[in-house]
Amino acid sequence: MQPKPKALTYLDIFTVILFLISLGLVFFYAPMEAVMGNVQRVFYYHVAVGWVGMLSFLAAAIAGILYLRSKDRKWDRVAVAAVEIGIVFTFLNIVTGSIWARPIWNTWWTWDPRLTTATIMELIYFAYLMLRQGIEDPERRARFGAVYVILGFISVPLTFFSARLFRTIHPVVIGTNQPGAEGQFDMTPKMVQTFLFSLFTFTFVFIDLMWHRLRLGKFAEQVEQLKLKFSQYT
Amino acid sequence: MTFLRATLAVIAKDLAGELRSRELISAMLVFSLLVILIFNFALELDVKTRSTVTAGVLWVTFAFAGSLGLNRSMAMEKDRGCIDGLLLAPVDRSAIYFGKMIGNLFFMLLVEAIVLPLYSILYNTNLFQLGFLGVVFLGSLGYVAVGTLLATMTVQTRTRDVLLPILLFPLAIPVLIASVKASMGYLQGIEMEAIRPWLNLLLVYDIVFIAVAFMVFDFVVEE
Repeated sequence: MQPKPKALTYLDIFTVILFLISLGLVFFYAPMEAVMGNVQRVFYYHVAVGWVGMLSFLAAAIAGILYLRSKDRKWDRVAVAAVEIGIVFTFLNIVTGSIWARPIWNTWWTWDPRLTTATIMELIYFAYLMLRQGIEDPERRARFGAVYVILGFISVPLTFFSARLFRTIHPVVIGTNQPGAEGQFDMTPKMVQTFLFSLFTFTFVFIDLMWHRLRLGKFAEQVEQLKLKFSQYT
Repeated sequence: MTFLRATLAVIAKDLAGELRSRELISAMLVFSLLVILIFNFALELDVKTRSTVTAGVLWVTFAFAGSLGLNRSMAMEKDRGCIDGLLLAPVDRSAIYFGKMIGNLFFMLLVEAIVLPLYSILYNTNLFQLGFLGVVFLGSLGYVAVGTLLATMTVQTRTRDVLLPILLFPLAIPVLIASVKASMGYLQGIEMEAIRPWLNLLLVYDIVFIAVAFMVFDFVVEE
């Protein structure tokens, strides 16, 4: 078993520092939004965790393709790690969105395209974990997982598009806005800086977590092999 | 040419087997009728609600019956060791996929061909419009294309029967939404402008997923 790499420890410390700074920015640097008040501050992390979720699922799909091409178990570990992180962060994205929606839309939940898509995406990746649980042979587990993760990633944009054909009330802060969005606002320069900084921070959170999870995956594999070896002697 | 012949051979095998046992079609059919019966009481399908929920009721029924049929069709291959024989055949593996897929599509369409007239009679609704039937075909095609691939995977897992709907439904949501919306559009006589985006989505889904399934099927059956 290898000791924890020095670089990983430095990355941990760096990420924690970034996180503290971004918290400070969100609560003290960014100005209060005129109409929505303090609840608008959830926006900085809401978008950032959503970003990490999408990044993870993209990483998982790429790892799936690479696994099918190379049959290298390393890519399978990357795919699982990314899916697990993606599920957690997409969930956080939904929860923070709900917290914001309660005062602004006056409801915790509405069947808006973005909300629906996020939920279905979450279910696809839950199904992925269940599929893996049902297969004992590690090689087949990796192969089927790779196929499913690719299919899932293709269907997400189609789901989004199909839901988008209904009307949306979700605000689009970046880019052109749809008429009928509720809770729209324009960002001041300080808000933009805070927003970009939290995206930057969460990208590092993602990299850090990935690294830890990959190490864990490797150890789990080693334990599995040791168990196999041990069972031969008994 | 050999590809086409191999595909046709797989279809012929499935049809011959089904013609003798009739277990797939009868199970799907009875199940569909039961689902519609349950909907009748759950939603109180009176004249007013009927016009708005018919498309939804029909597609939920087809999706459930379809997943039942897909499970059975692949489990049969696995249980009697047929799949090993198929894989040993010196043909392109994707010919097996297309054979199974078209066979499953045929069974699903057959069930729909019996359920739709029955629904028409029972609820006094005219379902016989060319556009609506086209949507039924496109929707079933997309559903079966993904379903066949996933069913091939799930029969090789421990929790097979339970796993198929869990894997299939979230992936099939775009095709189901588009089918329900387009069907409802035709049945309520909405103008073509409003239906076209859903038809486009159906077509895109069918093409994308048949292409992807064609590409990855080899990885699903490889030993």
